[in-house]
Amino acid sequence: MTAILRSRSEVAWAALNAVLDPEVPALSVVDLGLVREVIEHDDGLEIVLTPTYSGCPATEVINSSVIEAIDAAGLGPARVTMCRAPAWSSDWISAEGKRKLLEYGIAPPGPVLADGAVAIRIVGRRQVAVPCPRCASGHTERLSAFGSTACKSLHRCLDCREPFEHFKPI
Amino acid sequence: MQASIKIPAAPELAYLLRLADTCLISGQRLGEWCGHGPILEEDIALSNMALDLIGQARALLTLAGQRSGQCGGQGYDEDQLAFLRDEGDYRNPTLAELPRGDFAFTILRNLMLSTWLKLMWQRLGESSDAELAAIAGKALKEARYHQQHAADWAVRLGDGSDESRRRCVVALDRLWPYTPELFEDDAVDAAAVAADLGPAWAQLREPWLAEIGEVLGEAKLAVPPAPTFRSSGKSGRHSEHMGYLLAEMQYLQRAYPGGAW
Repeated sequence: MTAILRSRSEVAWAALNAVLDPEVPALSVVDLGLVREVIEHDDGLEIVLTPTYSGCPATEVINSSVIEAIDAAGLGPARVTMCRAPAWSSDWISAEGKRKLLEYGIAPPGPVLADGAVAIRIVGRRQVAVPCPRCASGHTERLSAFGSTACKSLHRCLDCREPFEHFKPI
Repeated sequence: MQASIKIPAAPELAYLLRLADTCLISGQRLGEWCGHGPILEEDIALSNMALDLIGQARALLTLAGQRSGQCGGQGYDEDQLAFLRDEGDYRNPTLAELPRGDFAFTILRNLMLSTWLKLMWQRLGESSDAELAAIAGKALKEARYHQQHAADWAVRLGDGSDESRRRCVVALDRLWPYTPELFEDDAVDAAAVAADLGPAWAQLREPWLAEIGEVLGEAKLAVPPAPTFRSSGKSGRHSEHMGYLLAEMQYLQRAYPGGAW
């Protein structure tokens, strides 16, 4: 009964909550803060998404997964539009999303620091101590600024010796 | 074979193409490292940065293609602009098209270009063109990571072993003569400033020299003397390397017009 009382956009949000990011399949597109808006038009739903990185190869897959999920929920036709401004920030990942990242073994991003007086930060290997998502030790080092995807960096825990990825604040 | 497209001679279009092609051609050169990085992590890092740059180029070329339709020419999509122009219609500064060289050469060029792009995106965030400002807002975040990556490595290599330092010195000497082109104004800049589209390139010179000087200082590398040589890629007069790059980049679309994955 409750489903009948919910609006189309509420049902759409619930369906989108099940669309997983292809690069980080622990998180949905809603957890990642990629869904800006769901607009009900007379001729169908418009899902407004925001791209994460300019070169993210997952963008096209996400768009088609979103349309499939809306169709599967019986809410089609749907179309996806992209909204670039304001630019996506990792601060938009929900608290739930950050918890899921940690459980998945990826250290979640801290808050994005303002682009302050320091023009360039030259970062040594051990100057960015991201806590290990497995043993929580702060005794870690960065191996590479880029991990398996542009949005992640590669680190190693110096206590449990496990390598891990960190979702970069951007 | 697919024929070339014609680009209308409008300064605001040229301004967009100069920026778009800087991203596109740097992305193409960085992509050449895929499978050839000195270590796996750097192979992945350089390929990821290439993707960012090509993503930025796609957004800018889409915008430029619309602008082409508005200023008396035909409208084009990103693919037509990326693959179907003749060499003289590409507007990247020559620095971006030089062969990738060794890892030191690539890192130092990335440092120069990512610093330049970061300063450019910061200013384009204020553009009177809302779409250009939106592209800049996103690209700025990426350029900061690219610059940081290059700066970290420049310090590690410049202040590293005798061999890494020697290679940095050689690379810096080869690259430096191509940097004045990044800061020379012409009618294209004047039109962009008049329309509040974006800054004249010369405005980036002082902040660029300050940031590059800071990194080179940290890397214990001397800033080379001001060059007398002038490159001219952004006016469409490219180095001998550009034709080879385009031949590889354009081959599929020229041989199989409209071919898609």
